[in-house]
Amino acid sequence: MSANVAAAAQAASSPDDKAAISVKNLRKCFGDHEVLKGISLEAHKGDVISILGSSGSGKSTMLRCINLLETPDSGEVRVDGELIKMKQSRDGRQMPADIRQVERIRANLAMVFQSFNLWSHMTVLENLVAAPTHVLKRPRAECLEQAEALLKRVGIWERRNYYPPHMSGGQQQRAAIARALAMNPKVMLFDEPTSALDPELVGEVLRVMRSLAEEGRTMLVVTHEMGFARDVSSKVMFLHKGEVDSVGEPKDMFARPPTPQFKQFIANFNK
Amino acid sequence: MDLDFYLSTMWSVLKALPLTLEIWFFGIAFGLIIATGLTWLRASGYRLGEYFTRAYVFIFRGSPLLVQLYLIYFGLSQFDFVRHSPILWPILRDPMYCTIVAMALNTAAYESEIFRGALRAVPVGQIEAAKAFGMSAFTRFRLVTLPIALRLALPAYSTEIILMTKATALASVVTIMEMMGTAQKIQHDTFRPIEVLTCAGVIYLLLNLSIARLFAWVEYRLSPHLRPPPEQSQQIKPVPEVL
Repeated sequence: MSANVAAAAQAASSPDDKAAISVKNLRKCFGDHEVLKGISLEAHKGDVISILGSSGSGKSTMLRCINLLETPDSGEVRVDGELIKMKQSRDGRQMPADIRQVERIRANLAMVFQSFNLWSHMTVLENLVAAPTHVLKRPRAECLEQAEALLKRVGIWERRNYYPPHMSGGQQQRAAIARALAMNPKVMLFDEPTSALDPELVGEVLRVMRSLAEEGRTMLVVTHEMGFARDVSSKVMFLHKGEVDSVGEPKDMFARPPTPQFKQFIANFNK
Repeated sequence: MDLDFYLSTMWSVLKALPLTLEIWFFGIAFGLIIATGLTWLRASGYRLGEYFTRAYVFIFRGSPLLVQLYLIYFGLSQFDFVRHSPILWPILRDPMYCTIVAMALNTAAYESEIFRGALRAVPVGQIEAAKAFGMSAFTRFRLVTLPIALRLALPAYSTEIILMTKATALASVVTIMEMMGTAQKIQHDTFRPIEVLTCAGVIYLLLNLSIARLFAWVEYRLSPHLRPPPEQSQQIKPVPEVL
C-alpha cells in the first residue's frame, strides 16, 4: 500500500513518470463465465512485465482489454494517463464512447499476436508500411526506410519482398515484431508470441524480444517462456482464475514463490 | 459436311455477338451494383436489412430466371401504374432493358451470397491486427478486409459470370435477336438444327473460354501469396543472425 502511495506521489511530482499503462479493477465475462475478476496492473516506462498463468487464467483477455480488442465489462484502462472513455450501450453493456480515441490509443500500443496475423496479401515490407502510412499519416518514403532498417534489425531484410505464407513461423513473428516497432509504439503488447512456434524457432523470436527489453522499451508480455520471465522481465505477474495471484520482481518470485498456486505453476514447468 | 453453310451460319451468329455482349455486360454491371448494396445491407447488422436480403435471395435464387424474365416483360406491363409511369414504362416496354433488369436482379442474389461468404472467410486475426494498429473501420475494410475478400470471391464470381453469359440466351424468348435468337431464326428458316446450334454452341464455348482465362489471369495476378514461394534460384542469401 505504501508503495502505491509513493508511486502516486511520484506520478504527481513528475508528470512524465506517470504510468504508461494503468489498469484498475478490470472485469470481463464471456456469457456466464467470469474471465477477469477485477484485475489491476500498472506499467511504468521501461517496465517489462511478464504475465504468467495457466490457460484460462485470463491473461490474454486482460491484454486484449488494454487495447480494446475485448471490451471490459467494468474497470478502467489508462494509457499514458489518458483514460479510455466508456459508455453504456442500450443493452447495458459497456462500450467505447469515442472510437477515434480508441484508434488513437491503439496506434500507440502495438500488438504482437500468437498467430502473427500478418496481412497475407501484402509483402513483408508492405506489412510494415501499411499502418504507419495510413494511420500515422507519415510519408511513405520515410516509412519504407524505417521498415528496411527494422527488418535488418530483426534479421529478415532478405525476406522483405516475401509474402507471409512463404516464411517460417519464426520469420513471420519477427516480421510481426518489426511491424509493431514501425509504429514507434509507447508500449508493446505481446500475446503469447512464441506459443505457435516450433521449439527450434522460439529462440530467434526471444532474442529479438530480449534486445527490445534491453533498449528500455515498455512491454507487456503474456508468455509461457519461464526463462524470458525470469531473466528479462522487470516484473512478473501471475494470474490465477481471473485474479492477480501474485506480482513481484522475477528473482524474488522464482526464488521464493509467494503463493502455493505460483509454486505449483512453476513446478509444473520444471517437470 | 456443308462447310459453306457452317461458315455462313457462323458469320450470321457472330454478327449478333455484340448484342449478346451488350446484354451480358450491362446485366453483370448492374448486378454487381445491386449485389454490393445487398451485401452491405446484409453486413450492416440491421435486422430489417438482413430480412430484406434473405427474402431477396430466397426469391431470385429460388425461382428460374426465365420465370423472372417473363414476369418482368409480360407481367409488369399488366399494371396500369407501370404503363403510366414516365420512369418505369420506357424501361419495361423494351425487351432489351427487361432482359438486363431480370439478369441484374437474378445475378445480384447469387453474387451477394458469394460476397457474404467471402467476407466471412476473411481471417479474423488479420482484421484484429488491423484494429490493433489503430486503423479506422474504413481503412481496415479498404486495406485488409476488401482485398482479401475479393480474392476469396473471385473463383465463385467467375463461375457466376460464366453462368450469366449462358443466361443471355434467354433474351431470345423476348424477341431479342442476340446469338441464340439469330441461331433459332436460321434454324427455322433452314431446318438444319444440328449445324446451326453447333455453331452457336461453339461460339458460346469460345466466349466462356476467354472469360474463364481472363479470370484465371486476374486471380493469378492477385494471389502471389498463394503460389509456391519464389525459386531458390533467385539467389536468396541465408538469413544472417544480426542480433
